[in-house]
Amino acid sequence: MSATTETNYHAGPDAVSAKKSRYRRVSKGRGNFELWSWVFMRASGILLLVLIFGHLFVNLMLGEGIHGIDFAFVAGKWSSPFWQTWDMLMLWLAELHGFNGVRTIINDYTEKDRTRWILKGLLVASALLVMVLGTLVIFTFDPCLDPSSTLSVCAR
Amino acid sequence: MAQAANGTLYRGREGMWSWVAHRISGLLLFLFLFAHVLDTALVRVSPDAYNQVMEAYKNPVVGIGEAGLVAAVIFHALNGLRIIAVDFWAKGPKYQRQLFWAVAIGFVVLFAPFAIRHLTIVFTH
Repeated sequence: MSATTETNYHAGPDAVSAKKSRYRRVSKGRGNFELWSWVFMRASGILLLVLIFGHLFVNLMLGEGIHGIDFAFVAGKWSSPFWQTWDMLMLWLAELHGFNGVRTIINDYTEKDRTRWILKGLLVASALLVMVLGTLVIFTFDPCLDPSSTLSVCAR
Repeated sequence: MAQAANGTLYRGREGMWSWVAHRISGLLLFLFLFAHVLDTALVRVSPDAYNQVMEAYKNPVVGIGEAGLVAAVIFHALNGLRIIAVDFWAKGPKYQRQLFWAVAIGFVVLFAPFAIRHLTIVFTH
């Protein structure tokens, strides 16, 4: 390869006229946001597969399944930092994955700017609510909330 | 349906229907997550409030709904792996239809044992 072959073929024969075109296909300041959201969907998807299948197996298949789930069951699980971390990761990744998916659906089907912004406003509000409330619940959980609790951890 | 010169604009078959099912199952799971975080938040209100709502989950009608929810999770997870294969595996796009049927088989293999176990618990307790 000699230095004389440095023509930018990717620019194409109309590179100069395209510059004058009124169609601007170059994004304006959005950076690589859509690329990273695409990468995030795939990476979080794989992690969620492990986190959610594990969650479903432990809560619905082991022991008494759905009939074993009550306040004491939650108290048992969240006495362990392992399950607190598991549930927090699952909560954040699932909510952001779902947020991004619903954002795509809104972009695909809304035609009016106003409708799009209202729906996205609701989406952002609900995602913040779910992540903040969920995280607080996991880490401020008190197994002895009820003073007359009979759980063994609450024995004095 | 919109028509193109050589058939319908939407091509149908495995590619399109898996895309439709992925959207619907994803939206359903997102809505459930909202409800699920709120119901779990009741553990901060009182043990009784939480236990009462959990009783509703043990009702047979809701139990069938839970099986549907797990079906949505399994399909969305396996079809998500298919999407990753189509994106990153050189031969993924060529075999996307075969991958769809692999998803279908994987779905039955995972969902059947779950449905038997879960519905047995729901209906015989």
